[in-house]
Amino acid sequence: MTMPILSWLVFLPLAGMFLILLTPHSQERLIRLIATIITAIVLLLSLKLLASFDLTSGQIQFQERTLWIPQLNVYYHLGVDGISILMIFATALLSFLACLASYGIKERVKEYFALYLLLVTGMMGTFLALDLFLFYIFWEVVLVPMYFLIGIWGGPRKEYAAIKFFLYTLSGSMFMLIGILALYFNSNPHTFNLLELAHNQFTFHFQQILFLAFFLGFAIKVPVFPFHTWLPDAHVEAPTPISVLLAGVLLKMGTYGFFRISYPLFPIAAKWFGPFMGILAVIGIIYGGFVAFAQTDFKKMVAYSSVSHMGFVLLGLAVFTKTGFNGAMLQMFNHAMITGALFLLVGVLYDRAHTRDLDSFGGIWVKMPVYGAILIYISLASLGLPSLAGFVSEFMVLLGSFPVYRWMTMASCVGILLAAAYLLYMVQRVLLGKLNPKWTSISDMNKLEIFTLVPLMILILLIGIYPMAALQFLTPTMTALLQILGGSPA
Amino acid sequence: MNAIDSLYFIRSEIFLFGALLAVLIFDFFVQEKKWLGILAFISIVIAFLISPNTFPNTGLFFNYFVLDPFTFFFKSVAYLTIALTILSSLVYKNISEKFKGELYVLLLAMGPLLTIMSGVTNLLMIFIAIESVSLTSYLLVGFQTFDKRSSEASLKYVLFGAVSTALMLFGMSLLFGSTGTIELSKIGLYLSHAPAFQSIILLGMIFLLIGVGFKISMVPFHMWAPDVYQGAPTPVAAFLTVAPKALGFAVLARILYVAFPFFVSKWSHLLSILAILTMTFGNVIAISQTDVKRLLAYSSIAQAGYILVGFATPGLFGLQAVLIYITAYLFTNLGAFFTVLAIERNLETNQIDSYNGLSERAPLLALSLTIFLLSLAGIPPLAGFIGKIYIFSAAVKTHSIALALAIAINSAMAAYYYFKIVKAMYLSKAQNTERFTNPLPIKIVVTAALLGTFLIGLFPVHFIKIVEQSLAGFAIF
Repeated sequence: MTMPILSWLVFLPLAGMFLILLTPHSQERLIRLIATIITAIVLLLSLKLLASFDLTSGQIQFQERTLWIPQLNVYYHLGVDGISILMIFATALLSFLACLASYGIKERVKEYFALYLLLVTGMMGTFLALDLFLFYIFWEVVLVPMYFLIGIWGGPRKEYAAIKFFLYTLSGSMFMLIGILALYFNSNPHTFNLLELAHNQFTFHFQQILFLAFFLGFAIKVPVFPFHTWLPDAHVEAPTPISVLLAGVLLKMGTYGFFRISYPLFPIAAKWFGPFMGILAVIGIIYGGFVAFAQTDFKKMVAYSSVSHMGFVLLGLAVFTKTGFNGAMLQMFNHAMITGALFLLVGVLYDRAHTRDLDSFGGIWVKMPVYGAILIYISLASLGLPSLAGFVSEFMVLLGSFPVYRWMTMASCVGILLAAAYLLYMVQRVLLGKLNPKWTSISDMNKLEIFTLVPLMILILLIGIYPMAALQFLTPTMTALLQILGGSPA
Repeated sequence: MNAIDSLYFIRSEIFLFGALLAVLIFDFFVQEKKWLGILAFISIVIAFLISPNTFPNTGLFFNYFVLDPFTFFFKSVAYLTIALTILSSLVYKNISEKFKGELYVLLLAMGPLLTIMSGVTNLLMIFIAIESVSLTSYLLVGFQTFDKRSSEASLKYVLFGAVSTALMLFGMSLLFGSTGTIELSKIGLYLSHAPAFQSIILLGMIFLLIGVGFKISMVPFHMWAPDVYQGAPTPVAAFLTVAPKALGFAVLARILYVAFPFFVSKWSHLLSILAILTMTFGNVIAISQTDVKRLLAYSSIAQAGYILVGFATPGLFGLQAVLIYITAYLFTNLGAFFTVLAIERNLETNQIDSYNGLSERAPLLALSLTIFLLSLAGIPPLAGFIGKIYIFSAAVKTHSIALALAIAINSAMAAYYYFKIVKAMYLSKAQNTERFTNPLPIKIVVTAALLGTFLIGLFPVHFIKIVEQSLAGFAIF
């Protein structure tokens, strides 16, 4: 019998959580060590998964399936394909790096790392579950540790941010739950299995209603304009490593849901809703860009830039072309890397200056040469400099959407312009100009901080130069998905 | 079956009756009341173990009482609740020791009474069972005559109860007058011939539902519930929110499915509206509460609203949902009240503010209460989630979109106030860092409730199977 690698990915962090719970809470170093080792093993497992992934197949691989609740026909069913493989890797990588970045957490260390590992289990499970019942459970499991991680270790308005995040997402997922049950009772035979559900032909009207129910759940998570208001609050208040996971992984759960559930199950409705999603995407791209430009809080700026960049994912989703889909998937991965890195950089600065007010900095590059270089590198990647990752995916999205929605594509280009504006303006205010005398004794990044950023920088460059490194995982699945949707193969 | 043969099948009730007399007599001699509690606990366990393992084909006592898997299910619910409540009262400080003997007697008396309530076959038995359970409940709330709050609660309970009993009796008289029988199944048979006086029978049914609605704290007959649950001693409140309520639902099932299957479209509409009202009202009022016990009281009203959804969506699946929800609710709500009881022992108050920083003072209790609250909110993978899935499914399966949406909105609302308590325990700072002490009985009951909450959530297979078997003999239309 081969090793059930997917179950290991999901439950190893959970086992780690119990291990930490059993450790006395004075043993802070041991607790950190356990969390680091567990996330490192998860990262290695995900690398092994990448290596053994069959690049020619558009089908589900590494399936694990056991009957769980026979009365409801619920299976413990995991699997991986082109839609999830990159997200698994991104989750594993960011979990490991954010775990290293969590060494700065000094109070209630035991609780922090226990909840952190529970969060990793939830995220992994969400991306691996192929049974809607199981998917919903993992989706909800993510919420609870997130509430505590923001609420206990967050900033001044942490309590408000935590409950707002929780209630927004919970409301969305309640509608999703109704949708899941409606699918179950309208499928023949009754099933929660995503692969079997995809064979059912639902009527157009039914598809429309269910698409909306799931849309509420996913759009709040992405977040799509106008459901985005929880995001800046949650990001600003969350501690750095949690912001990294929030932006890098949790937001992707929403767009992943579209690819995994809404599109294969409601193909006709999806096409019908395409233009509306496109409009929301363009609004998000431009609105997010403008609001990011107006921010004086570093973290809030990055948070709104996420709204803008996730708009590109939605735009790619809305066009039903292979280039657009590939671009959207790649943008999900790239955004995870780039924004993850940006939040880490914000954290580095905040740890030293204890402020995120952009106007209070200035001339820091003199004092922090390495930090300055990395910040510029990541900013350029985020604003879409060719040869870095961000460019490839945004370009693909625009290329894919141009033949379909000409005007929307042109409007979205404004978003790229805006990204350049707010990111360069930020670089100018933080790094350039005269050194603010307050920061004369600020120290440069330490080795650990550099180590957390280097893997992300390498990946960003690699995908920028050789996008096939990532695209090869996606293409067969995207082709298969487009066949279901009957979209153009271009 | 005649009375003599029937005795064999109610041996555990007879045994309990003997046990309660024994406890009552020992109460005069025994100084250490905790031994009475232990005796009471052991007797309820023995009573459960000696329950007959076969079910008779015919009704007992000339068909005044029926012992079927459905009865047995609710009997188990009642006995389990009583057993855990007795254990938790052993160390409860706000009942003075000299009264504890009476508490155990009253709790033991609840065993046979609730069992009778679950096996009713005619209007007379419904009246007797509900009335005797109610009287015992009034006593349980108010037996500490010196405690003003609990006396007030008890009086309120009696007054509301008396009015609803009167209405229920009036309804029964209408039913008897127009159908000429008090047997539920004969009423059902009579209605199947599309007789005259249908509107009077309908009116009778509605009055009957009011009487039962009072027991299950259905809006608008819930007014007594918050005061009673807050004013009653905490173990009694825990008991009252679970056992009599669950049995109220059992009676409701008997009435609706045996006597009124031909009015199904009428009562399902009526109950849909009442279910939505009950859950919305309970949740909206709970949001602004500052006392944990009162908050849980309103939450239990809301939970009754969810359970009513299973009746508003008639059919086997709806009833399964009711039974599964009750099982999940039993462990979760008892657990929540027991942790509150343990915290009350140390803090001597139930204000949410006083829970601040509890996660540092009593990490395990705080964690347990959080798990119970998450389960009440329906977060997976806990028992409450399985219950909620079934209730949701019942609504979706019968295309009751309004009900499904109401549950969805209510669940989000409920999460807000459950998290108010979680927030106090984990996010706020403690004023004082003194650690808690918890005696063994508290640890046992909280652990038992936790086990139930997790097992139902993670391995629901067996619980669902038990529920399915309990409904096997139940006539669905």
